[in-house]
Amino acid sequence: MSNTTSLMIVGVGGQGSLLASKLLGRLLTDEGYDVKVSEVHGMSQRGGSVVTYVRYGEKVYSPVIGEGEADFIVSFEKIEAARYTACLKEGGTVITNTQQIDPMPVITGAATYPASVLEELTAKGVKVTAVDALSLAKEAGSAKAVNIVLMGVLSKLLPIPAEKWLAAIENTVAPKFVEMNKRAFALGRGE
Amino acid sequence: MKKLLIGNEAVARGLYEGGVDLVSSYPGTPSTEITEFLSKYDDSEVKSEWAPNEKVALEVAFGASLAGGRAVCCMKHVGLNVAADPLFTLSYTGVSGGLVICVADDPAMHSSQNEQDSRHYAIAAKLPMLEPADSEESLQFAKAAFELSEQFDTPVLLRMCTRIAHSQSITQVGERVQREKKPYVKQAEKYVMMPGNAKKRHPVVEARMEALAEYAESCPFNRAEYTGDGKVGIITSGTCYQYVREALGDSVAVLKIGMPHPLPKKLIAEFASKVETLYVIEELDPVIETTVKAMGIPVIGKEKFSIIGEFSQNTIAAAFGKTVTAGVTADSVIPPRPPMMCAGCPHRGMYYTLAKNKVTVLGDIGCYTLGAVAPLCAVDSTLCMGASVSGVHGFNRVLEGASEGKTVAVIGDSTFMHSGVTGLINVAYNGSNSTVIILDNSITGMTGHQQNPTTGFNIKGDPALKVDLEALCRSIGINRVRVVDPYDLKACDTVLKEELAAKEPSVIISRRPCVLLKSVKAKPALTVNNDKCRSCRRCMTMGCPAISFKDGKAVVDATLCVGCGVCKQLCAFDALEGGDAE
Repeated sequence: MSNTTSLMIVGVGGQGSLLASKLLGRLLTDEGYDVKVSEVHGMSQRGGSVVTYVRYGEKVYSPVIGEGEADFIVSFEKIEAARYTACLKEGGTVITNTQQIDPMPVITGAATYPASVLEELTAKGVKVTAVDALSLAKEAGSAKAVNIVLMGVLSKLLPIPAEKWLAAIENTVAPKFVEMNKRAFALGRGE
Repeated sequence: MKKLLIGNEAVARGLYEGGVDLVSSYPGTPSTEITEFLSKYDDSEVKSEWAPNEKVALEVAFGASLAGGRAVCCMKHVGLNVAADPLFTLSYTGVSGGLVICVADDPAMHSSQNEQDSRHYAIAAKLPMLEPADSEESLQFAKAAFELSEQFDTPVLLRMCTRIAHSQSITQVGERVQREKKPYVKQAEKYVMMPGNAKKRHPVVEARMEALAEYAESCPFNRAEYTGDGKVGIITSGTCYQYVREALGDSVAVLKIGMPHPLPKKLIAEFASKVETLYVIEELDPVIETTVKAMGIPVIGKEKFSIIGEFSQNTIAAAFGKTVTAGVTADSVIPPRPPMMCAGCPHRGMYYTLAKNKVTVLGDIGCYTLGAVAPLCAVDSTLCMGASVSGVHGFNRVLEGASEGKTVAVIGDSTFMHSGVTGLINVAYNGSNSTVIILDNSITGMTGHQQNPTTGFNIKGDPALKVDLEALCRSIGINRVRVVDPYDLKACDTVLKEELAAKEPSVIISRRPCVLLKSVKAKPALTVNNDKCRSCRRCMTMGCPAISFKDGKAVVDATLCVGCGVCKQLCAFDALEGGDAE
């Protein structure tokens, strides 16, 4: 459906993408959208490349996102952003953490890590917002808040007021982490 | 109330609302969460249990149904192979309380060893099957399945797939039906399936299938949507329905099948007569297509839509001539990122030892299947639950002395309970000179940490009787049972060599809890002393994701390292520091 917004959250298994999709699901449902969120559990969570699809609009049928369909790709790791750009719509935006996590083939020396891949994508006309989310997360109080920092970056690009996001954070994360995650969200927004 | 639920939670809610009294399951992606969500209800409403395997689970559910309760059993597609024995005869006995079997297929094999299509079981066992297309339907179909089961005196299969089971969509949540358990009445002619009785039951099964076929015509879950101009009609079901509507909107007519067995033939014929060109769009095998073709109706199916893998809206769009423009990609090669054993995974030390000793390893199903990937490449075969133990015996029987001292079976604690123990009985009974390694990480790992009979806890996390693995192995007749800590490489090497050299069956229990368990506290990360690191890369040979090489020296990622210290034992120059043994 043309009025459906498609958003991919990509990263490395164990980085906390499930919390980000939970937060988005809550936020978008509260905003009154029809929402579908699709994730894959099991084998792929063991340090492998992971993808979550979030789609919302007036009426959403498919829970998945194919080539040329994503309005946004939010990536928790640098080359994971580049792995999925075939799914990006023309004019779509990549938001990525600049953190580098070597996959096993790089660790073993069977492959090399393409460190300048974001510059390459930018040169080809892809809109890339690169953020050192790990540093901002640490500044907020926990390296684990990378997901919420990136949600902060994303929030600037979606037509939903910040206070709604903050309410969704309060309703999604454990009470003792709410303040830290709110700081992470604000840092992501550049505030 | 409306809620955003994953399909599996919606199934659990539907079963709850449908009055389920008992659930017994064995975990398996993508079905696991159904049982986990059901376990959150109080025991006074829903009794929930993990069983050691799917066959046991289905038989427990059978007993609960026989007693007049509503029962459910959940499993992944290959789990139904294990439960197939009770399944086929349950079709003959029928039920007292409603009996639902949830089976989750995994097209594209996100987390499975094959891509089998469970609909064949519905046909082969002569059972009705329902197939939802989103969370809302998952709830409704699960709830209705109990009624259907009792109305037609049959177990009902509820088929999920990964994209339904693990996708969230908005779901209307309702109330639990209040229902009295049916009183137990002895009916030996219905439930004692010996030939004399079974012969009388088979015609009942056939008559039931005819009645169900008639019911299918008016079943509210089969729905003809006469959108479009009548040129194209599509018969589809499950997640494919969503892809069709997403890709083609209202431009085509759709017959949405919610009950893939038995199929509504009159409805299909009527739908076919109203469209110019008929398609069947279904993932995996041509099950609907075969039926339509057998009816003599021309239909386009698998010649256009693959028998392999998953579809998406793009698959459908491309097949109907719509251009799909892929986004811009980088020219650099993006290295693959396969799943791997976690930093600090206790399986790594044992696999390192096996690889170092060039041992042939018959592997099994679980996280430890990842011992097969580079750089360890330590696994020679993985077939199905338990096949390592039975397989190593067959391997050694044929090769005898040529393999006996250098071949092992490797199996996890939960998989050993599931179907490894029978293989071990076979090893002992048939006097096999085989070595079996039980990787006991005190949890069912791959499916997301479920308790099992070896962990000492039940599904609710309450203390339970615990299988004593050492005593169990000895009672089977294994005289040589050794326990080793896989973080201790020297001990692993010694024990492995001794047990391989022994001229009788032996078991090595490689015991250390999964590092992802909350009860396991990480130790401080190791650091590399650059003055001592000689760049030999020996620490890299065990494939720990926390260790990489930068500027010619080893580097430990402090965010991943849990201080297990296995790498430290590999370093000949003491360059890895910290992570002292407990």
